[in-house]
Amino acid sequence: MSYFSDIINGTKTLLTGMRITGKYFFVNLFTRKDVITRQYPDNIDTLKMFDRYRGEVIMLHNENNEHKCDACTLCEKACPNGSIEVIGDKKINPETGKNVRFLVKHIYHLEMCTMCGLCIEACPQNAIAWGQNYHNTAYDRSKLTKVLNKPGSKIVPGLKG
Amino acid sequence: MILNIFTDIHNKLLEHMSGGAAHITELILIAAAYLGIFAILGLLLVWLERRVAGFFQLRLGPNRVGPFGLFQTIADALKLVSKELTGTVKADSMLYRTAPYFVITTALMALSLIPFSHEIQAFDINIGVFFLISVSSVGVLGIFLAGWASNNKYSLIGGMRTGIQMISYELSVGMAIVTMTVLAGTLQISEIIEIQKDGWLIWKGHIPAIIAFMIFMIAGTAESNRTPFDLVEAESELGAGFHTEYSGMNFAYYFLAEFVNMFIIASVAVILFFGGWLSPFGITDTIPFAGLFWFTVKVIGVIFIFMWFRWTFPRFRIDQLLTLEWKYLLPVNMVNIVLMALIVWLGLTL
Repeated sequence: MSYFSDIINGTKTLLTGMRITGKYFFVNLFTRKDVITRQYPDNIDTLKMFDRYRGEVIMLHNENNEHKCDACTLCEKACPNGSIEVIGDKKINPETGKNVRFLVKHIYHLEMCTMCGLCIEACPQNAIAWGQNYHNTAYDRSKLTKVLNKPGSKIVPGLKG
Repeated sequence: MILNIFTDIHNKLLEHMSGGAAHITELILIAAAYLGIFAILGLLLVWLERRVAGFFQLRLGPNRVGPFGLFQTIADALKLVSKELTGTVKADSMLYRTAPYFVITTALMALSLIPFSHEIQAFDINIGVFFLISVSSVGVLGIFLAGWASNNKYSLIGGMRTGIQMISYELSVGMAIVTMTVLAGTLQISEIIEIQKDGWLIWKGHIPAIIAFMIFMIAGTAESNRTPFDLVEAESELGAGFHTEYSGMNFAYYFLAEFVNMFIIASVAVILFFGGWLSPFGITDTIPFAGLFWFTVKVIGVIFIFMWFRWTFPRFRIDQLLTLEWKYLLPVNMVNIVLMALIVWLGLTL
């Protein structure tokens, strides 16, 4: 007779489920220990984005205001919708006498970017990376067009170029 | 038919007008009071549901508007009031417009039987429980008409599912109530509560009463269309089910009535099994209006169990729904009635 054992088993499994959810409820009601809700505007000072968050593309600069970009334009070519414009120029390196590229402006259109990450994968020097800034709203579209290399920055000496 | 608490008001009214006019004025006052209770109950229960759901799902729930987010549902209601009442051209206009009122009218009628305390009960007739079952089964009609009149395939399927579900589970609710009236020996709600002064019915009836309580809780969940029996709405399959085509307040009527129905079913459970407004072991019998407190506490306890069901169990398939009712609940219920009758006959009640 599976009829009665079905009833008993059914009741038992239902009670198991209720025990699990009940534990969640009472723990959260009294301690708020496991609550995963982040109350955004209140915790703005302590809020830290997780490592893999894709906020915007940034260019990494070291403490001497030097970056690693040599304006190879691979990121510009990798970008599927033209969000990146790399403006480079050439000049003679006085030490080696070679004619080398250098970066003038790395223009990034956040308003068009889909955060696909192809530019970051394409970069051979790891010059660009994901930033964790999440305050990306602006009242004016043009504010979202950013120049990634900081003013007056140079390429890290010793790197190619 | 007069609220006991309002005898003062009754006498006051008689000073100013004739008996008939006073009677009608009282009826209007009571109706207005119950409409107020209806609205406040609905809003509070929606708030409670969302808060409880939040804690079950490791969230916080609404906590911004007012203390503990209490005014959130009022803000939502204001938004719904201000919305346009849309409808479809091909809908059966008259049925479509009247369907929501079936649901709220029956919910209000059932509410009038609920004894909130010894003093507060609007309508106490000798067939109280029977009247309650009859009235609450009319509410299905509103859902059914809404599904039919909307002229929308999702609404229609939702409405048909209601028909199947309600006809099936009405039986279990009814028979669980019959089991308890066998024990109580009366249908009048105030008398059922009087009987429980020396022990709640779930204690007096022990084994069959506990079985009846479990069946009542399962079937009651189905009666109020809540998960796991929410095939009627089934967001993932049917859009919103029977109320797909309703907007604004017409939608809100269904929404509020659903929660008030849950309150009514919880109240019936409290009346039949847990002694209504009686305090445990008669500890606060001398304090006036303590009944209101105990009744509220017990009802919220039962409502919490309904919410616990909702946020634990997944939705049934239609065949599982019918199997549960016709192959399990109904036979168990029938045996249970016989068992209860035997226990009462042999005097084995506690």
